[in-house]
Amino acid sequence: MIDDIELLNVLENNARLSSAELAVMLGSTEAEVEAEIAKLKEDKIILGHSTIINWEKIMPYNCIGMIEVRITPIKNKGYDQIANILSKYDKVTACYLMSGGFDLMIIYEDKTLRDIANFVNEKIATQEGVLSTTTHFILKKYKANGIVFESPDDDDRQAVVL
Amino acid sequence: MSFDYESKISDCVKQVPPSAIRRFFDLASEMKGRVISLSIGEPDFVTPWDIREAGIDSLVDGYTHYSPNSGYSKSKEAIAEYIKRRYGMTYSSDGEILITVGGSEGLDLAARALINPGDEVIIVEPCFVAYKATVMFAHGVPVTVSTKPENSYKLMPEELEDAITDKTKYIILGYPSNPTGAVMTLEDLAKIKDVLLKHPDIIVISDELYSELNYIDGKPVSLAQFSEIADRVVVINGFSKAFAMTGFRIGYLLGPKELIAPMNKIHQYCIMCSPSMAQYAIIEAALNGDAHVEEMRQEYNRRRRVILKGLEDAGLECFEPFGAFYAFPSIKSTGLTSQEFCERFLMEKGVAIVPGNAFGDCGEGFVRISYAASMENIQEAMRRLAEFTGELKAGKD
Repeated sequence: MIDDIELLNVLENNARLSSAELAVMLGSTEAEVEAEIAKLKEDKIILGHSTIINWEKIMPYNCIGMIEVRITPIKNKGYDQIANILSKYDKVTACYLMSGGFDLMIIYEDKTLRDIANFVNEKIATQEGVLSTTTHFILKKYKANGIVFESPDDDDRQAVVL
Repeated sequence: MSFDYESKISDCVKQVPPSAIRRFFDLASEMKGRVISLSIGEPDFVTPWDIREAGIDSLVDGYTHYSPNSGYSKSKEAIAEYIKRRYGMTYSSDGEILITVGGSEGLDLAARALINPGDEVIIVEPCFVAYKATVMFAHGVPVTVSTKPENSYKLMPEELEDAITDKTKYIILGYPSNPTGAVMTLEDLAKIKDVLLKHPDIIVISDELYSELNYIDGKPVSLAQFSEIADRVVVINGFSKAFAMTGFRIGYLLGPKELIAPMNKIHQYCIMCSPSMAQYAIIEAALNGDAHVEEMRQEYNRRRRVILKGLEDAGLECFEPFGAFYAFPSIKSTGLTSQEFCERFLMEKGVAIVPGNAFGDCGEGFVRISYAASMENIQEAMRRLAEFTGELKAGKD
């Protein structure tokens, strides 16, 4: 029997482990692990696998905007219609409905500030129902996806501890 | 003429031999940073942030003075609550709990408070290196019992019975075990309790530092859970292993007032008190740390399974260890001594593990592998181990 939560936790930390490796770690069999992962995918619990990349190191001109959007909900569809439309853009990497002073939080990645400004002006502000937008730019990433970006990883322990 | 230092050193200190693996120790230290270390008996995790923050807050607030000798009341009360919650045992912060500088100080206090010269102390080997030394420093006579891999390194009641004499003052039990990873369940401990009931004068010092790291069901057990003998059991526990707080140096003793008081007397003159900052940090650990312990325990358990599979692939026999973060496989099939095996594995494959004879003579023919290391390092080390044993075998054929 595999503990789903444990399996998901392990995969979330390292999606590159093979079924064989997972089976050993979880005290299970390869077939069982594969069946369980297939089921979690079918249930849309596992949605995909991605790699956490510190893009600043390789593409220093990548730019991320966090765009607050205030909207008038559409009758019977609430906020979903606009959120679904905005989510279709590839460069929108996240879209959340928020509590508080605005309604949608859009995270948008592109090459330059100008690209982001264009997206806001041309694609968001022009949507019917959008009342206003406020755009913030990320200056530096310290931690993302649970990973601290420049943390020391040296082992300060003694070589042998009995 | 030069000063004769040697003649000035106490005989008692001189009779304690230097570590059996000194040479290996030096070699491994020299190569540190260039090799994979599965030779370290402390967690690789950094102390959880909220616990560290509690320590930092105490510094910011200026709580930087001596505490009462036995520890701050609120720190002892937090320990009492933790012990009640996790073990179902009741100890009063007023006299039944003593906060020490790590579990090691507890071993020393027990020895100095209980031993008269010539008293015997039963030590269950292979075991943590300080058990024997602290007894000898206190002029006691260590009587060793060798546990066996075929019994999963548990102490058998008849082995204990055979070691008891009319000079036996106390027994040091260390389960879950460093170095073997052996665990004694409540059923196993009940058999030890039955032996003790036949010997009503014998005290037990139960080192339970690793009790949270139990992979049977994650429920820690304590010898002091047996109420018939709890009045002569002193539990040594602490925050180092379960909460990844080794550098904080906080352990504690739990026991009847009559035994804790003389230990506190030594502690008060020799140590004064445990570090204040660390005593504040452990309040957070004791009251709110369970989820951190569980998360680390689960990760250790996954690594444990990877190690066992690796040992199987390398053709090394090992009983299944259910506690602490060690495996203690036999390397007898290779024809090498523990020392030779570890030195060659280090030099030829760049992986440090510890020769079993460091933990008592009966550890010869075995090695201690610690899984307080990252999964990646463990996987790579196990790959190299299989390569190493394969080459040894090919060389012999």
